[in-house]
Amino acid sequence: MAQSKRVEHVSTSTENTGANRIAGKGRLSPAKTVSFTFDGKTLTALEGDTLASALLAHGIHLVGRSFKYHRPRGILAAGPEEPNALIDISRDSARRQPNVRATVQTVYDGMIAKSQNRFPSLSFDVGVANDYLGRFIPAGFYYKTFMWPRKAWDKLYEPVIRSAAGLGIAPKEADPDHYASRFAHCDVLVVGSGAAGLTAASIAAKSGKNVIFVDENASFGGSLLSDSTSRIDGQSGQDWAKNKVTELAAMDNVTLLSRTTAFGYQSHNMVNLVEQITDHLAQPGSNLPRERMWQVRAKKVILATGAIERHLVFADNDRPGIMLASAAQTYLNQYGVTPGRSIGVYTACDSAWHAAFDLKKAGVSIVALIDCRETVNQDLINQANELGIKTMVNHAVTSTSGRLRINSMTVQPVNGENKTVIAVDCLLMSGGWTPSVHLFSQSRGRVKFDAERGIFLPDVYMEECTSVGSCNGTYDLSDAIAEAATATETALGDIGAKARKAKLPKVEDSPSMHGFLIGAAKGAGPDDFVKAFIDFQNDVTAKDIRLAVREGFQSIEHVKRYTTTGMATDQGKMSNMHGLAIAAETLDKPIPEVGLTTFRAPYTPVTFGAFVGHAKGDLFDVTRTTPMHEWAVDQGAVFEDVGNWKRAWYFPQAGEDMHAAVARECKQTREAAGIFDASTLGKIEVVGPDAVKFMNLMYTNPWDKLAVGRCRYGIMCREDGFIYDDGVVGRLSEERFHVTTTTGGAPRVLNMMEDYLQTEFPEWKVWLTSTSEQWAVIGVQGPKAREIIEPLVEGIDLSSEGLPHMSVREGKICGVPTRLFRMSFTGETGFEINVHGDYGRSVWEAVWKRGAPLGMVPYGTEAMHVMRAEKGYIIVGQDTDGTVTPHDAAVDWAIGKKKTDFVGIRGLKRKDLVAEGRRQLVGLKTRQPDYVIEEGAQIVEDPNHPVPVPMIGFVTSSYWSESLGHSIAMGVIDNGHKRMGETVYVPMKDEVIAAEICSPVFYDPEGGRVNA
Amino acid sequence: MLLIHCPYCEEERPELEFAGAGEAHIERPKNMADISDEDFEKFFFIRENQKGLVYERWRHIHGCGRFFNAVRHSVSDKFIKTYKAGEKKPKLTKAEIEAVLPPAKNTPANEPVYTDGAKQKG
Amino acid sequence: MPNPARIHPLADRLSAGNGVILSPVESRERISLRADPTTAKALGTAIGLNLPTKPTGVTTKGNKSAFWIGPDEWLLIGPDNGSMAKALEKVGRQVYSATDISHRNTAITVSGAKAVEALNSGCPRDLSLDAFPVKSCSRTVLGKAEIILWRTGNQEFHVECWRSFSDYVWKFLVDATRSA
Repeated sequence: MAQSKRVEHVSTSTENTGANRIAGKGRLSPAKTVSFTFDGKTLTALEGDTLASALLAHGIHLVGRSFKYHRPRGILAAGPEEPNALIDISRDSARRQPNVRATVQTVYDGMIAKSQNRFPSLSFDVGVANDYLGRFIPAGFYYKTFMWPRKAWDKLYEPVIRSAAGLGIAPKEADPDHYASRFAHCDVLVVGSGAAGLTAASIAAKSGKNVIFVDENASFGGSLLSDSTSRIDGQSGQDWAKNKVTELAAMDNVTLLSRTTAFGYQSHNMVNLVEQITDHLAQPGSNLPRERMWQVRAKKVILATGAIERHLVFADNDRPGIMLASAAQTYLNQYGVTPGRSIGVYTACDSAWHAAFDLKKAGVSIVALIDCRETVNQDLINQANELGIKTMVNHAVTSTSGRLRINSMTVQPVNGENKTVIAVDCLLMSGGWTPSVHLFSQSRGRVKFDAERGIFLPDVYMEECTSVGSCNGTYDLSDAIAEAATATETALGDIGAKARKAKLPKVEDSPSMHGFLIGAAKGAGPDDFVKAFIDFQNDVTAKDIRLAVREGFQSIEHVKRYTTTGMATDQGKMSNMHGLAIAAETLDKPIPEVGLTTFRAPYTPVTFGAFVGHAKGDLFDVTRTTPMHEWAVDQGAVFEDVGNWKRAWYFPQAGEDMHAAVARECKQTREAAGIFDASTLGKIEVVGPDAVKFMNLMYTNPWDKLAVGRCRYGIMCREDGFIYDDGVVGRLSEERFHVTTTTGGAPRVLNMMEDYLQTEFPEWKVWLTSTSEQWAVIGVQGPKAREIIEPLVEGIDLSSEGLPHMSVREGKICGVPTRLFRMSFTGETGFEINVHGDYGRSVWEAVWKRGAPLGMVPYGTEAMHVMRAEKGYIIVGQDTDGTVTPHDAAVDWAIGKKKTDFVGIRGLKRKDLVAEGRRQLVGLKTRQPDYVIEEGAQIVEDPNHPVPVPMIGFVTSSYWSESLGHSIAMGVIDNGHKRMGETVYVPMKDEVIAAEICSPVFYDPEGGRVNA
Repeated sequence: MLLIHCPYCEEERPELEFAGAGEAHIERPKNMADISDEDFEKFFFIRENQKGLVYERWRHIHGCGRFFNAVRHSVSDKFIKTYKAGEKKPKLTKAEIEAVLPPAKNTPANEPVYTDGAKQKG
Repeated sequence: MPNPARIHPLADRLSAGNGVILSPVESRERISLRADPTTAKALGTAIGLNLPTKPTGVTTKGNKSAFWIGPDEWLLIGPDNGSMAKALEKVGRQVYSATDISHRNTAITVSGAKAVEALNSGCPRDLSLDAFPVKSCSRTVLGKAEIILWRTGNQEFHVECWRSFSDYVWKFLVDATRSA
């Protein structure tokens, strides 16, 4: 056939979509164009182009610089396996994403694309010096070189290495996009939409079962979209695929997701998908999430993930203009673009021959077709001859030249030295195919090595999945369709669906994928100093692998980490097999004995946004507020986070800092009254005939004699005898207790109670219900507390006789039901008014209206902390840390000495827990009365002791006490209870503070005020 | 994410509804106050924590609220069964155990095996 | 003294659009009922409902419903007049626990063509009609909150949660609606 088939340049209206467009090829409409910029230059593309196809159409191969050597790099692939063409893509300054593979990014109008890892420009990059020094940057170079001097690492080596290496630069602005998440369930999930996937999805869909069908590309069809020869039932592959997809799209039981990558296979058949929704749109609606994370639980998963073509490992195989043969075929058949005008082909696999034929038929010059195999199928040779393609079987490409793009290749016989230099502007290569077993491997399935074909294949399945088509090594189109049909029918049978035996379509003229080469090709070793790349993204060459093995690394996992092969963002999709084969060869072991590295999710990089999903801003975490929250907001309260709760911390008035506000709140509460929101305290209703028995088990205290209407401070331990929680418990009736817990402890206390009840004492008739949020709790404390609430309360005698300290009554306040507790966490006369949540705000305001004229102030958690510390009341978790017993905390009076069982009874008898000299909670009074020690400060006996100074304890609570006019503190000190009056020292940053050990009850030790 | 069969809800539910609760079949001694140091150590501190078949407790905390027990293989993550709290440790059949084993003993699941096509043919 | 105002935790909220309508459920009487299953019948009779005995079960009579939450736990929801609590007080010698949680819980009605999608943005359960038919109910999770989900129609759900979680649950559903 004549060489000079007419080559047409597409000219659509006035715009130039690239000199390398081939008329009549591809599936994009020449009528629809979009414009974008690449490194500042405006270019026109066809709608549907990927960035890679658009750049190639304009003859641009050089798109980046490599990671380590800063070598010029071009577009290597046409799909998600692309290691080189990582581009910074942005819409605006906030919507910018580095390291986007040009081969999967659809071009949209106005897109801004920039190359990365180059300075000052792509064609002139100073970092390229590393390339010339490459001899001196072998595997492990950094480990070996920058060892000395140690100090230079932080100051010099690391900053320089970091700025020279690396890929793109992360954006600094907040991401303005939103992301969605979705849990989904289906009967059959089909991953991959080539012929095998389409067959599987179609059969599964027709059974009536729910099917989710995903493909990472913009269009369904997989390799059929790039295949120009196959006929399926008389139709072209593209038409057959299109018809199948149309059929599926019309079915209610099928969810079709394109641009959706199945990136993770989790336990029990859950597969993670990420769906790209707006990254290809010029003007996405503001309601569209950028991406959606799917978590799909499938009864059966059908993996039809295809295979990825490998490159060949030879000297200088990384110049721009060198690409995978299948990629060129895709650019031609899908996008109507040729990657060059004088193309060389170098292969070990039949499939590249078909790529050459397609290009030649499209009018592109194939200068030479080199195949390193000894013999090649005669049909292919005949076809090449017919097309006028020069073939060189049993030859190899041993080097290339060209600075920013390949301009020639050197060809030698495989078994000879005779060199021929051939001018080319593009070189296509194929080392055969690697089945994509990533998801299968993530599902913990075991692969086996097929030595005849040089591929790892699924062998033992651990999840409910099956592999079909080329990911299962079934390369022949007809076989793949048959395999997919059978496997799907079996899978459907397993889940109880009836599948009619599908009639298999007739397949003709499908291309062969026979032949492969893994490891180094001629001219790349074993003892060469050439750069024959196996991992393009991490700049790992064949000799790096050999060096690693020579230096003693035997396991492929170690070779991987030492050389970094396969550790880049592409996870070695093209390189792993080559690295493994070279390591095996150097070790002189068969490949499976060296082992395959483990595949891990994600299959391709996933944005943080997709993982975060809805959990950002207000939804980052639950923010819990009380019914009175807005009142405190209106009063200008400053809040602190306590667990998920927002609690009013202090209520500053004009001109007050925290110290002044807290001092005022404490003083006013002690002199008049204070109102405090205690709603966040955990509350548990313990109800049933065995309620007392249960309370006796869970708390150290005895409960039998607690009269109805009375309260008791309870201590809860774990079995080890250490304090777990505390709180005031009121007895409402013989069989009903109102238990309170710490704010943060509520869920775990209830969980522990349920655990004992359900698993150790299931026969007990008692039930637990959380009522934390049923009740809003309004604390009113201070000498005027009674006077303030008395007029609002009905049916309860508030006198000290009628309602003594530590008692509870049910009645009404402001006309609504209340559980009114007489109790105090301040040391003053105190009430805790429990009212139903919806009435919390209104009752609070009624109390406020009464109290404010009498001098009542609202106080926050800080003043609450100060006042309780003045009384020596502990806070579990602040004054205790999980190693403090009731005795250590001086609350052992709360242990029922006659009890025969409670949680912690045995733990408390342990030798170490009853030993003398344990660290015990005491009060601390600083010698300088106005000095407030830092909480957490260490305590020593002798500040002049030579370093290291033995620590005898630490400060747990420390405040300024306005009421007492001096600072107060609590701490745990070795043998503290027996050291009253002794002086200890607290070394602070600038001075050493002396403090006297004292009782932790600083205020009203006689307790007259609480009972007033 | 695991799918866990709740013996009270009588169906499989997503792991997000559950909380793990440690090793199963550790009974609190009836005479708790009087046990020896050794028995307390065994009861409170010592756990099997083995690789392989584990008897463990779960709580369907965001479901029916019940504690229950399960037998799971800690490498393959597959459950043999779940059963109600208080029920005896179930007797396992060989078939049940084999069904949850990872592909080969003592090897990571995805470590390859070798089948030389040429050799097999020869 | 006039009774104090009752303030609903989700007062004045409404969200509609994109195939999902969210609206707060008005105040209701709610009781957490705990008892041995053998007592269920007597307790049910007292309030005029058969307590469901199977997981995910719901029984409804008029404006009262009983939900199976666990093997010894039911949620009762009825009109906001305390009538169920009063009825239970009259049961007599049965052993059980009834605790008022009318103010602990609140609820949101989620309805519309995309209701399932909105809920599945944060709820890991299979909400297909086969797996979770109308008149089923279950405690589960939505995002980081615990909820009780009750399917009241093919495209209508009652989502029950604790009051301090209701702001989160509401905002989550609004965000989910936006991208449903």
